[in-house]
Formats: sequence, structure tokens, C-alpha cells
Amino acid sequence: MNKLLTISPSPHQHTDDSVRKIMYRVLLALVPALIWSVIYFGMDAVRVTLLAVLSCVAFEYLIQRFVMKVQTTVTDGSAALTGLLLAFNVPSNLPWWIILMGSFFAIAIAKLSFGGLGGNIFNPALVGRVFLLISFPAQMTTWPVSRMAETDAVTAATPLGILKGGVLSGRPLQELSGNLPGIDNLLLGNMGGSLGEISAALLILGGIYLLWKKIITWQIPVSILLTMAVYAGIFWLINPEKYIDPLFHILAGGAILGAIYMATDMVTSPMTGKAQLIYGIGIGIITMTIRLFGAYPEGVSFAILIMNGFTPLLNSMIKPKRFGGKQP
Amino acid sequence: MLKTFKLGGVHPPENKLSADSEIVELPLSPTVFIPVGQHIGAPATAVVKKGDQVKTGQLIARSSGFVSANVHSSVSGTVTKVDLVPDSGGYPRVGVVIKVEGDDWDDQIDTSPDLKSEISLTGPEIIEKIKEAGIVGMGGATFPTHVKLVPPRGMKFEMLLINGVECEPFLTSDNRLMIEKSDEIVVGTRLLMKAMGVDKAFIGIENNKPEAIRKMEKAVNGISGISVVPLKVKYPQGGEKQLIKAVTGREVSSGALPVSVGCLVSNVGSAFAVYEAVQKNKPLFERVVTVTGKSLRNPSNVKVRIGTPVSDLILFAGGVPEDTGKIISGGPMMGKALATSDVPVTKGTSGIVLIPEKQAARKPQLACIRCSRCTNACPMGLEPFLLMTLSENSLWERLEKEMVLDCIECGSCSFSCPASRPLLDYIRYAKAKVGQLVRSRKH
Ligand code: SF4
Ligand code: SF4
Repeated sequence: MNKLLTISPSPHQHTDDSVRKIMYRVLLALVPALIWSVIYFGMDAVRVTLLAVLSCVAFEYLIQRFVMKVQTTVTDGSAALTGLLLAFNVPSNLPWWIILMGSFFAIAIAKLSFGGLGGNIFNPALVGRVFLLISFPAQMTTWPVSRMAETDAVTAATPLGILKGGVLSGRPLQELSGNLPGIDNLLLGNMGGSLGEISAALLILGGIYLLWKKIITWQIPVSILLTMAVYAGIFWLINPEKYIDPLFHILAGGAILGAIYMATDMVTSPMTGKAQLIYGIGIGIITMTIRLFGAYPEGVSFAILIMNGFTPLLNSMIKPKRFGGKQP
Repeated sequence: MLKTFKLGGVHPPENKLSADSEIVELPLSPTVFIPVGQHIGAPATAVVKKGDQVKTGQLIARSSGFVSANVHSSVSGTVTKVDLVPDSGGYPRVGVVIKVEGDDWDDQIDTSPDLKSEISLTGPEIIEKIKEAGIVGMGGATFPTHVKLVPPRGMKFEMLLINGVECEPFLTSDNRLMIEKSDEIVVGTRLLMKAMGVDKAFIGIENNKPEAIRKMEKAVNGISGISVVPLKVKYPQGGEKQLIKAVTGREVSSGALPVSVGCLVSNVGSAFAVYEAVQKNKPLFERVVTVTGKSLRNPSNVKVRIGTPVSDLILFAGGVPEDTGKIISGGPMMGKALATSDVPVTKGTSGIVLIPEKQAARKPQLACIRCSRCTNACPMGLEPFLLMTLSENSLWERLEKEMVLDCIECGSCSFSCPASRPLLDYIRYAKAKVGQLVRSRKH
């Protein structure tokens, strides 16, 4: 034997899972919902998605290569995922330059200036989205009509938008309900909204896949949705004239997309199950408070970002159970 | 529901390639090199010198302290030198080199193959025999068994746990021993029970070894106080604290010994050695070693004399495959990578695993994405990602508070990290540093 052997400390065996596999699996989980969006909104959805994904990847590569002068990490799939999630959170008729600004903000400000993947405190795609919502409120809330709709209108309203507008003008719920989609349409995704948030059923399908692959835990989505349901349910029971039922709140808008794909982002969510429950409950409460009493019809993005900010605190306060009964 | 431990744990691919290969005896090598320190504690003192003639089983180094163990010659022949020779890690260690001539066993040793199940000695006499025979923990821990058998003052044993878990991937020597020597292991268990003064023993075996479970259940049939406990497969169930938790539900608290919950854990290999030592007068000078690897021609379980070069063992199993990139002494989770195969088999060598080049090198390390897999994998409930970061920043006091010393170095954290972070490397370093800190405080 005169060959050199590798010497390294144990363990000598490693999982064949990798950061890249995790990212690509999340991308895969989002594909069914994306396909539905393309069917529903047409080629516009393809345009927005491609632009967001490619620009995020390109920004990450260019900034790491030429500005930060570090090894690029574009192949890990996280930039592509940020791009896809950003696309999912904007209207499919958004002008190209606004998308580019969103991508730049998400990658350069929310991710790389914090040190890149793993260093960021806030979910980059959501930071990008909220930045656009504040800077371009008109474009970000003008929703395209479905390709399949039999109407001459060029813009549609989201179910939550209809609700908010109606409630603000003081009309009773009964009068509005004719304009609101039913549960079946909400589930299938036959409603106005952001590019990827419309089909609850397909998003849940992807979520089951992620649960199975142990990429997300049940704690975050379940606690968010359950909290929202309880919150909305209380008001609905008290005054069904004014407040709509909890199922509507869960299925309309971005709750499913946010709960399964955005709030569960590993980097920005807490680590122990208990902390994840608290985090999810927090998101649920903030979301419903904004929806019922705030100025915006939708509040999931803000709620997740706020709770992202609490994640480091939750991580340091809630420790996993130690073996042997002593806790640090 | 099968029993197992609760917190953490991982499922590395089992790869028990040699599970069905019967134990075979390795032909004697021309020379052996027997280190005098094969155990935890003070190395033994050599009692032979160059030119001495020794017999198989003759004492060649005497225990030199409270925690130490005797060492015996594994062959007969002439001592050619007592000198420093590199050990498995490449460090020079004192050892006895013997040129093998024939195989002349010490006359005291009963070489008949019959089972001797009658126990005639008292507890203290058994412990004395175990001490004389130089028996140590053979699962890899190598702590002298006779020291473990005497509880610290004020403490009492309630039960004995026999560790037949063999949770390391690839290794099968304990499995084979349980299949082929089940009656002897049960006698060894009874001897240990008598030495400890307890009347209860449990033999924990993971249920990926159905034949071993069957054989052991048959062997304990009709013997009061001993039962076999099949366990659900999960690494690191062979860890002392994990096994106690799995079998009894008791948790040894941070920093405490198993005796604090009334338990003593002994490996099946040690139980077999105890049988041979007490009933057959045979000191510990040979053991079963698994030689295995995916590219190896004949993955086998081999009965080897202590001091035999690992290279001879590999040769016997088909020679070093072309693609070998790493040779591990022990299992792939906790074993040690060897710098060369010219090192001796010792009392703690449970296996030799040859890893192909492709899997030998580590993958480049990425940033932590806080996926919590390391935390979920840790059987001690620690936060490996945090311990690594603290270690990188030399925050030893913080690390002590985070209970870094509880880490059993099982490697589950590094194993499960998708970012290929060398968590355990940093944690080991932190343990050494914090250990120093704690000791310096005592003075
Ligand atoms: S090596 Fe230590 S820190 Fe890592 S999983 Fe095992 S006990 Fe936990
Ligand atoms: S397993 Fe690796 S990436 Fe995941 S939290 Fe632990 S150190 Fe970070």
C-alpha cells in the first residue's frame, strides 16, 4: 500500500441531502401551482416568472462575482427560489422594470447585504414584495383578469379586495357575497390575485410533498392557519353580518402560499417545534388584525416579516429539550 | 411498539454486508505488535524484555494504576523488542513486538470447546479474574471492565444491560458473536450479574438482527432474571445513555454515570470475554473484528489475535481494493481514520471499514441555513449549529453553559447537515477547551 489515505475525524459518512436538493425540492413543489397560473393568466405568468427567476439569479451572480468578489453560490438554487416566490407574490401583469427592481431589492438588500444565504433575518422574496407594494401601490394592486373569464374588463379584483372595499364603504356582507367566489372556486384557484397564490389545492399538494421530504414542519403552516381560523371565527360568530367565515379567510388571498412556502423558509423561521408554534400563532394574529382592522386587504407578508424579526429571540429563548432533565 | 430512545437519532444506511458471514479464524501473522496501552487510563508496564520467550496468553504488561488493564501475549514466540512503534493515529506508543513461533498456549487455559455454565466463584473472585484477564469495553470505549464493576461508594447497581445493539453501519462482529456464541454470552452475563450483585439483566438488540434475537432468546430461555429486549433501529442506540433510556426509560442526568440510575452497560463482546476469562481461564488476547467495505472482495467477521497488523486482516478479506480512499478503525460514524494499515488490531478494534475514494473526502462546507436537522438529530438535545458557532468564536464559558460536555461525539449532527458543516470537529475542540477550563477551576 503506497497510496495516500484520507484522514479526517469522524463521522465518515454523511447524508446525501444537500442545500441544493432542499432548494430544488421547494421549486418542484411550486410547479403545479405555477402550471395552473399559466393556464389561468396566460403567457404573462410565464413572462413574470422567468424574468423574476433569471434576474434574481443574475443579480446574485453579478454582485457576488464583481462587487463582493466572493465565490458565487447561485447554483445552490436559493436565488432561483427567491425569484419564483417573488413572482408568485406579484400580479402577473406587472411591468418588467418593476419586477427587476423587486429582484434587485430582494437579492442585494435583503439577502446579500446580510451576508448571503443563511445570514439574512428577513425572507428576501417578501422584502422584495413589500418594497414594491409600498413603492408602487397602484401597479401592485391592479390584478389581471383570467384568460378564461368571459368579460371585457381588463382588471379584476381580489376576493379580499372586494371584501375590504365593501366593508369600508359600510355595505353588509350579504350584498357583497354575490361578487365573491365560492369555496370551490377559491380552492381551485378561480379568483383574482397574485400570480401564484390563487390555487389553494395545488399549493397544499406541494406542501404535502415538502412535509413528506421533511423540508417543512407541520407546526408553522398549521399554527398560522388555525390561528387565523380561530381569530376570524370569533368575529364571524359574533357578527356574521359584518364578518365573513374563517374558511374564506384561509383560502382567499395569500394565506396558504405564505403559511406553507414563505413562513417556513428555514433561514428566517425558528428552529424548535415549540418556537415554531409561537411564531405561527404570531403570524396568524397579525395577519387577521391587518385584514380586519388595517388599511390593507391582505396582511400575510407583513405578518411574516414582523415575526421573522422575532426569530432570533425565539431561537435563543426556546431551547430543545436536553437529555437528562437539566436545561441550560 | 418496539422500544427505542426518544430524543434525536438518525438512520444512516445500514450496509451490514457481512451479517451472514460466519466467524472465521485468521492464520497467524509472522510478527505481532502489542501496544501496552489499549485501554482508557494508564498504559500497562511491560514485564517482558527483548529475547524473552513467551507463550500464548502469558502476561506481558501489568496494569499500572487504578484505571488500567493487563496485557497478554496473543502468540507464542520471541520478544524482538519493547519499544516505541506508531499506533493507529501515527503517534509513537510503547508496545511489545513478538516474532511468532508456533502456537504454544499457556497450560492454565482450558482449550476444550465445551460450554461451562456452572459458576463456582464468588462475586469478588469473578472481578479479580476479570482484572487479571485484562478485559475492557470491547465496543470501542475500552474502559477497564473490573473498574466499572465496583460502584462508587454509596451507590448500588440494580441491573445489568448487555449492549448487543451494534448500531454502527457496516459492523457485524457482535451480531455474529450473538448468533454463534449465545450460550457463552449468557454465562458471561450471569457472571457479571453475580459480580455486581444484581438479579436482573437485559440484553438489548436492534431488530435488524432477527437471528441474533432468536438465538439469544433461546439461550436465556429458562434462566431467571435475564431477558432479551428487541429495539427499534436508530443510531446511536449503542450509546450508554441512549441504551439505558431505551431499555429502562431512565435518563442519566448531565455529567452523571450510569450507576446513578442503577445501571451498568457492558458490550456482548466483553460478556463473551468474561465467560472465557472466568470459566476457561483465558485472558483477552483475541477478538472478533469485522473487515468490510463496499468494494472489498470478501467482507468477513474474523477472529484475530491482538497485535495482528490490520494489513494482514485486509489481505485475508481480499486485499485493499483499487478505489480505497480511507481506512477506518471502528464504524463509519465514530471510528478513526487510519494513516496506514500497518497498525495492530487492539482490544477496542470492532471493525475495519474501507471507504472508496469518492466518499472519503468531505464536501465543501456551506453556510448554515438553520434547517434544524442537526438539532433534531442530536440524541443529547444539544444545538450543534450553535455550539459550532460559539466554538468558532472561542466562547468557552458560553459553551459550558450550553452543556457542550454532554456531547457523546456520536456524529449524528455532522452526518445530517445538508450544508456539510463539520459540526463535530468544532464541538470536539470546544469539549477539550471547556474540559481544560473546568479542570483549571478545580485547582
Ligand atoms: S456529536 Fe454531540 S452534538 Fe453532535 S449529535 Fe452527537 S451528541 Fe449531539
Ligand atoms: S444541520 Fe447544518 S445547516 Fe442545518 S441547522 Fe444544523 S448546521 Fe445549520
